[in-house]
Amino acid sequence: MRFDTIIIGGGLAGLVAGIKLTSEGQKCAIISSGQSALHFFSGSFDLLGYNGTNEIDNPIEAIAGLDAKHPYAKLGASTVAALANEAKDFFASMGVRLNGDASANHYRISPTGELRKTWLTLDKHFACDSLESLSLGKTLILNIDGFLDFHPHFLSDGLKRQGVDCHVASVTIDELQRLRTSPTEMRSANIAKVLHKDDAIVRLTEKIAEKSQGFDTVILPSVFGIYDSLMENYLVERLKCNVKLVSTFPPSAPGIRLQMALKQRFQNLGGVYMLGDMVTNGHFEGNRLMDIHTANHKDIPFEADNFIIATGSFFSHGLQAHLNSICEPIFNLDVTASGERQQWFDQNVFETQPYMSFGVVTDSNLHPQIEGQSVENLYAVGSLLESANCLKEASGAGVSILTALKAANNILKR
Amino acid sequence: MDKKIALNISTSNFEQCLKCTICTVYCPVSAVNPDYPGPKQAGPDNERMRLKNADFYDKSLKHCLNCKRCEVACPSNVKIGDIIQAARIKYSTDKPKLRDMILANTDIVGTMASTFAPIVNTVVGMKPVKMIMDKTLAIDHHRTFPKYSSQRFESWYKKQAADQDKFDKHISYFHGCYVNYNFPKLGKDLVKILNAIGYGVHLLEKEKCCGVALISNGLIDQAKRQALLNTESIRKSVKEQGRTVLGTSSTCIFTLRDEYHHLLDIDNEDIKDGIELATRFIFRLIDSEDVKLAFRDDYKARIAYHTPCHMEKLGWAIYSTSLMRMIPGVQLTMLDSQCCGIAGTYGFKKENYEVSQKIGETIFKQIETLQPDFVATDCETCKWQIEMSTSVEVQNPISIIADALDVEKTMKLNKVNL
Repeated sequence: MRFDTIIIGGGLAGLVAGIKLTSEGQKCAIISSGQSALHFFSGSFDLLGYNGTNEIDNPIEAIAGLDAKHPYAKLGASTVAALANEAKDFFASMGVRLNGDASANHYRISPTGELRKTWLTLDKHFACDSLESLSLGKTLILNIDGFLDFHPHFLSDGLKRQGVDCHVASVTIDELQRLRTSPTEMRSANIAKVLHKDDAIVRLTEKIAEKSQGFDTVILPSVFGIYDSLMENYLVERLKCNVKLVSTFPPSAPGIRLQMALKQRFQNLGGVYMLGDMVTNGHFEGNRLMDIHTANHKDIPFEADNFIIATGSFFSHGLQAHLNSICEPIFNLDVTASGERQQWFDQNVFETQPYMSFGVVTDSNLHPQIEGQSVENLYAVGSLLESANCLKEASGAGVSILTALKAANNILKR
Repeated sequence: MDKKIALNISTSNFEQCLKCTICTVYCPVSAVNPDYPGPKQAGPDNERMRLKNADFYDKSLKHCLNCKRCEVACPSNVKIGDIIQAARIKYSTDKPKLRDMILANTDIVGTMASTFAPIVNTVVGMKPVKMIMDKTLAIDHHRTFPKYSSQRFESWYKKQAADQDKFDKHISYFHGCYVNYNFPKLGKDLVKILNAIGYGVHLLEKEKCCGVALISNGLIDQAKRQALLNTESIRKSVKEQGRTVLGTSSTCIFTLRDEYHHLLDIDNEDIKDGIELATRFIFRLIDSEDVKLAFRDDYKARIAYHTPCHMEKLGWAIYSTSLMRMIPGVQLTMLDSQCCGIAGTYGFKKENYEVSQKIGETIFKQIETLQPDFVATDCETCKWQIEMSTSVEVQNPISIIADALDVEKTMKLNKVNL
């Protein structure tokens, strides 16, 4: 089966690259082994939020201070700035409204009430330059009865520490009560599915309006829609007070919505999205990857002019740790991993973990290497890459989106 | 083999489960039926407990449709669906009801019904009869049984058998119950295509129902007997005669290849790759440029493709859709890949009717909005469900290709002379 470009990995990076390429007329396939990290989406895309424990205000300026192997350093500050603008347009053209700017980080709020530096935040979700600038006023944090993946008291404690007048309550309707029959299934995706039906959102909104009387701001868990954002719009229109959504523990409803929208867009552009399959091996000629085989398709090869590997980090098995080595399991690409196993991690879980920066070695054009030789028609993108520590520096989405766009642009230029 | 030594180590890699909950997002049941504890809880979470003590088995596992969409979504490659089905087989003490035996015994019921097809079709279609079946057997009265054919596929085939030997190349066809008793045309369509590209079509020495309905209705011993018989016939075809075994139903093929091994403990590793969907077989021949298809100029259709759950698990929808896209007059849209809710015999049961329709709701709406000329899908029970729940007719991709095929031209292109 022949394609122009085949992308291995169907998460944020793989889909962004796939959409960019198909929208320019390429015939693309994405092969994905299971669902992606977008299901843990915080509602915000990070670009570069922290240098050690120091907050970064301007990510573009901070790139000069990064290690030379960092993906942003390889791209260069001006390319990062240009790609960051392209990314914003990319999502806007899909109807995904994001607020923020690459040269000025803002804050999002974590599920535990901490303010964290970030780049782009979904419309209607909690974002601010400072808490004072938000002028929240008298604030109500409203949960849904029995929903365990949202913690209003954590949030409230966090906000109270910052001097916000914060109160907590909960609300429900019959259908949502029925979901509680199975407490393990009382999750954001199922709540959203219930709210999508009939007039459930209308009745819930009435209840929320009642409870939030006398408050200036109401903070709600972000569970309003996995198929579209119509319910969010409805809520904001109907409620008289200021509405702020805050992401829940996984699965993330806005993340699922984004994953579905990106996949739909890719398919509408003619892309082939194959879920639940695994690439088993590749066939190389010289420095070129000619075709790949997968677990589902066995003897029928997938051929392409270019390939992108966007298989993610340890969680999605883009990287695998063995007793004494770290490897990239599909092509055995060269990986940076320093020291003995004991040196891969710090006993204190909150410290910088060296293994988080392990990843695939590439040249400045994102071509990975096998035994020191670059593969000229293969690009490595996303959290698979070496040197970035997405948790510590708050750079996960930025690395994924920007390197994906960069690889797609390089392929289109050829 | 070492199960006794390591009681807490599974063969289904549930230890890989990270509790990320992604599977529950894609479970068609959990959102509409809160009595079902969801794939994570029913699968890896409870398996840990069940391995220690069988009393932890939860009867609500019967709500699982065995659609395997949890497995397709799992980022950690945990065989969640297999864990749940295996637990039902191992621990469930529910006895199948008479109704379940009737629904599951497709061969016996099919043989009787096709013998008296005109009478049976009329009688089971009558409203009072539907009400009686609803009240006495708990087969929901909203359901319409697929029509039985008075001539079985096997009887039709007997007259063609001699002609099929004349070809140079050969395959075996696992036709399944639906083609044999309800819709022989699909089998004839496959023969038409394969003959046009130079392949003779043969039946297996012995064929029984693949047993998917027996497994889901808890008739495991019978399922195993049929599975062993089918596996032996397939082995003979693949190993001795060198004939690949093709099917036109994604569920039959999935059951023969994967469920026999995963759920019934039958070792078929040596022949697994010799069993496949006809669309995959034909696609491979075209992809490797061994075969060409020629299509009629006057064939025009707007088609929407529905991916059956087991097709999604196989990952093979691309072969059926790629073949249909080769037809110049076809405009193909992909429907969202979601369960239609029927899950074989599940949706026919009175107690499941409502849930079954709720699961399929979004697909039905999508179909009604699109208003295609017809829906294409590789599964017969999906076809029944979509036809019962929408105004649109459903066809198997093989029938679509057969209809659009220019047989003479195709034979010439492939130098088939008889």
